[in-house]
Amino acid sequence: MKYSYFPGCTLHTQTKNFNDSIKSTSAILDIELEELKDWQCCGAVYPLTTDSAMGLVSPYRSLQKAHECGNNLVTVCSACYNVLKRTNLTVANDGEIRTKLSNYMDVDEYAGESKVLHLLEAMRENNGFGIIKEKTINPLKGLKVAPYYGCLLLRPSKELKFDDPENPTIFEEFIKSIGAVAVDFPNRIECCGAYVSITSQRKVKGASESILKSASNREADIIITSCPLCYHNLAKEQERLEKDDYTFKPIPILYFTQLLALALGLEVESCGFESNKIDARPILKSKGLIYRGDA
Amino acid sequence: MSTKTKTEIASMIKRIELISGESLFKCYQCGKCTAGCVMADEMDISPYKVIRMLQLGLVEKALKSESMWICAACFACRERCPKEVDLAKIMEALRVIQIREGKPLIEPDQVDDKVIEEMPQQGIVSGFRKYN
Amino acid sequence: MKKIGVFVCWCGLNISSTVDVGKASEELKNYPGVFYADDYKYLCSDPGQELIKKTIIDNKLEGIVVAACSPNMHESTFRAAAEAAGLNPYRVEITNIREQTSWVHSNKEDATIKAIQLIKATVEKVKKSEDLFPQQIPLTKKVLVIGGGISGMTVALEVAEAGYPVILVEKEPQIGGNMAKLSETFPTLDCASCILTPKTAEVGRHSNITLMTNSEVVESSGYFGNFTVKIKRKPTFVDWEKCIGCMLCQEKCPKKTNSDFEHGMGKRKAISVAFPQAIPYRPIINEKECIYFKTGKCKMCVKVCPVDCIEFEQLENIVEENIGAIVVASGYELLPKEKLSEYGQGKYADVIDGMQFERIASASGPTEGVIRRPSDGKIPQSIVFIQCAGSRDNQKDRPYCSKICCMYTAKHAMLYKHQVHDGTATVFYMDIRAGGKGYEEFVQRAIEDDHVLYLRGRVARVYEEDGKLVVLGVDTLSSEQVRIEADLVVLATAVIPSEKAKVLGQTLKVGTDAYGFFNEAHPKLRPVESMTKGVFLAGCAQAPRDIPETVSQATGAAAKVITMFSKNHLVSDPQVAKVNEKICVGCLQCEPICPYKAIEPETIEVRIGHTVEKRQVATINKGLCQGCGACSVACRSGAMNLSGFSNEQILEELKALCL
Repeated sequence: MKYSYFPGCTLHTQTKNFNDSIKSTSAILDIELEELKDWQCCGAVYPLTTDSAMGLVSPYRSLQKAHECGNNLVTVCSACYNVLKRTNLTVANDGEIRTKLSNYMDVDEYAGESKVLHLLEAMRENNGFGIIKEKTINPLKGLKVAPYYGCLLLRPSKELKFDDPENPTIFEEFIKSIGAVAVDFPNRIECCGAYVSITSQRKVKGASESILKSASNREADIIITSCPLCYHNLAKEQERLEKDDYTFKPIPILYFTQLLALALGLEVESCGFESNKIDARPILKSKGLIYRGDA
Repeated sequence: MSTKTKTEIASMIKRIELISGESLFKCYQCGKCTAGCVMADEMDISPYKVIRMLQLGLVEKALKSESMWICAACFACRERCPKEVDLAKIMEALRVIQIREGKPLIEPDQVDDKVIEEMPQQGIVSGFRKYN
Repeated sequence: MKKIGVFVCWCGLNISSTVDVGKASEELKNYPGVFYADDYKYLCSDPGQELIKKTIIDNKLEGIVVAACSPNMHESTFRAAAEAAGLNPYRVEITNIREQTSWVHSNKEDATIKAIQLIKATVEKVKKSEDLFPQQIPLTKKVLVIGGGISGMTVALEVAEAGYPVILVEKEPQIGGNMAKLSETFPTLDCASCILTPKTAEVGRHSNITLMTNSEVVESSGYFGNFTVKIKRKPTFVDWEKCIGCMLCQEKCPKKTNSDFEHGMGKRKAISVAFPQAIPYRPIINEKECIYFKTGKCKMCVKVCPVDCIEFEQLENIVEENIGAIVVASGYELLPKEKLSEYGQGKYADVIDGMQFERIASASGPTEGVIRRPSDGKIPQSIVFIQCAGSRDNQKDRPYCSKICCMYTAKHAMLYKHQVHDGTATVFYMDIRAGGKGYEEFVQRAIEDDHVLYLRGRVARVYEEDGKLVVLGVDTLSSEQVRIEADLVVLATAVIPSEKAKVLGQTLKVGTDAYGFFNEAHPKLRPVESMTKGVFLAGCAQAPRDIPETVSQATGAAAKVITMFSKNHLVSDPQVAKVNEKICVGCLQCEPICPYKAIEPETIEVRIGHTVEKRQVATINKGLCQGCGACSVACRSGAMNLSGFSNEQILEELKALCL
């Protein structure tokens, strides 16, 4: 299956390990991702105002381009996904905005005909989890993985239709397919505090802490996510907890494709573990899931 | 006390409804938004109360509150609201009104260099989109 | 030219403030065919009616127009007055100059012009009116009651006591409905079965009631006074005539299965009776669970039965009954917990709904009335009750109030506190709706005497953490977020119509609202009648309500049936369709259009010269026809006409308005 691929700003800069692991694993899974040429930032937040269409210009441009390539669009970063999918729905339903945007940008009108998919959705569509299971040569047996969904993948569910917003299962399916154990922790659907941390990390303390504690309560070995901002907030909060709370044992946070890479038998070096804030290799080693690696 | 006339307040309410596309008077104050809000603890005025103030015409008080800047737009409230009120959009309308009046929460040069260095690009962009 | 009288009503100021009634009557005096015209302050008053009568007699009028309020209000009043004056009532027509004129306009001049035009049009209609005579329709004095809950039983007993035969159809194997599952009842805390079982027993033994449990109505035809229904009697696999109710079979049956009656809180045997006071007290085999049906082996029940009444080969059969009236009392269910994803989507054993709580609080329930939580049987030290779970919720497509939850939640909390004095009972509510005799006092007792903690706010989430249920709520009165660790959570889930109500509605041609509750004919004045004549409504089938209200409404429905049966025949409205056989071409385009299935083909003999030919034409069943006029619109040859609204009359009206 061939898709246009929208990596988004962070995956090309700060979280190259996320991007690399997406590329290496999708190649094995026959998911062909062709990076959209000249893509530009999605805007990071879907504009919630109704009186200005400016915030939609940038995501519309990417959507329109992907459609010209004739492919459905795959993205992975939760924020990109949220913005692109909602914009796609808006231009499908609102002719006035669509015309306004096309006229402004002087491009052909695009009415949301292509689909916007998260990589997990693209997998779900094509029996990807079955295929992963087949192609997993290093099943992550005994590894307790806490899937952290956060907000932007799930909500608003009526628009995104990603999964049940209160009881999602897609990450769990994914975790099962790589042979690991999904940890059911209640705060997996709660928000980490998002961009509020730009003003002060302290303000998101409560939100991030409860997620980490909830996962740690359920004895998770690893937390996975699909959102660089969640990753950042949880990692920063973990730094603080390590200092302030001696009972707290930090949990490595990974992008889900990093674990996928490991399960599909890629070299440990290519899984990008060295760039993670908390090294996952010791725990993976202790579970007998990697034999080499630095730590 | 409000310094605005009744008509001015009414037009501010209308403006909030226009920008957000939400009807403020649909809300019946059940508090479900607040019950599940992970940021409510940080807010000076609870989310449901922000709507209540607007219903009562206390627009200036609502605009002075910090709550809208604390809202992380995670949509948990919108997801669960039995009256299908999108509170995130109402918070956005309040932010936008302040920003358009030249009162953003932050200016780029106020943000700590360390934050800019550590925060993912996605976070920086969203922060500035919401706060400036 | 007929002699026509016109009466213009002021309706006090209702009409006269916007329509110049004097000018209208003056102008009508000079209109062709109008022999008399006048205006009067209140035509519906006694002197007003007298004026009409006297004028008809004195002037020998042949038709009258009353320009007043909507015909829904006083058409029958004025027609009766005309009849008393010797005029055929169907020569009286109403012009609605209130709802359709004075109330919807503000410019008096324009409104007066409109009123005059409308009256003139009606005069033209009256010129073409004919004498019409109601017909007598025979009547079967037997009622079918659908649903054997407290409402259906109440109807059945009332009608039976009045001396008329009743067929009571219930889909479950026993009667009693939801009330049979309740523990105690608000606001008196008397035991539900203590007040219900005398009723079920009476229904069971009443000589005028034929009880058909484990049965469903699958087809209905005919019209009011004369329905034919088909009832599916599902197999019980036990010959109930032979069975003596010793229940040895139930005792010895090796297969335990979940009991529907216990709502997942308890078990039953594959052959069993739902509860000890069930009527009829006869067992039924659950085909899906029975070992014999699954494997062909076992037959333990056959071995122990002393009267040899087990019949594995029993099949369902259909019985046909002729009846005169139908009462729909199909009851309610609760919104499945699976629909409430924020409250665990049904995956936590200790998040239960109100009916499940009733079962664990019921003396005849699986815990013998000791409130224990389902997961481990422990007595909960903290219970959280969540009201409006799915009700008043547009997201769940249930924007309505379920009405009974405020009261039963107060009762639940109270029952719990009476058992576990040091336990904590917390209720999340939005508004306490305790309108009813003794209801508010009851809720206050729960709060004051039993220290039930009422928190005003909704709950956002319920999840499990360390063996406890965590409830994330809010108290909007203090603006505090509330996090409670509970042992048991009880959801007051929305009251919804019985799952089969929609299909039943289609079978009986009775409309339902967007949620599936049956529609009443008029929300205030005809609350127990459906829009289909001869079909009445009782209980929660129409809307959520509690027991006292259900019993009142059921008694009302019974009174309607008894009134209907008190006559020896029924009188039909003559304003129905009629076919002009001479020009009907027998195309039967009208047949599928008729919503009441009142049109059928008929073969008639026509003499043409010396020969007699057979020809197909449409024919109207005057009992079924409701006078909607759809057929007359569809008829291409103009053979179909609605008496009282004939094509000719309507054309004359239009001509007067438009030409």
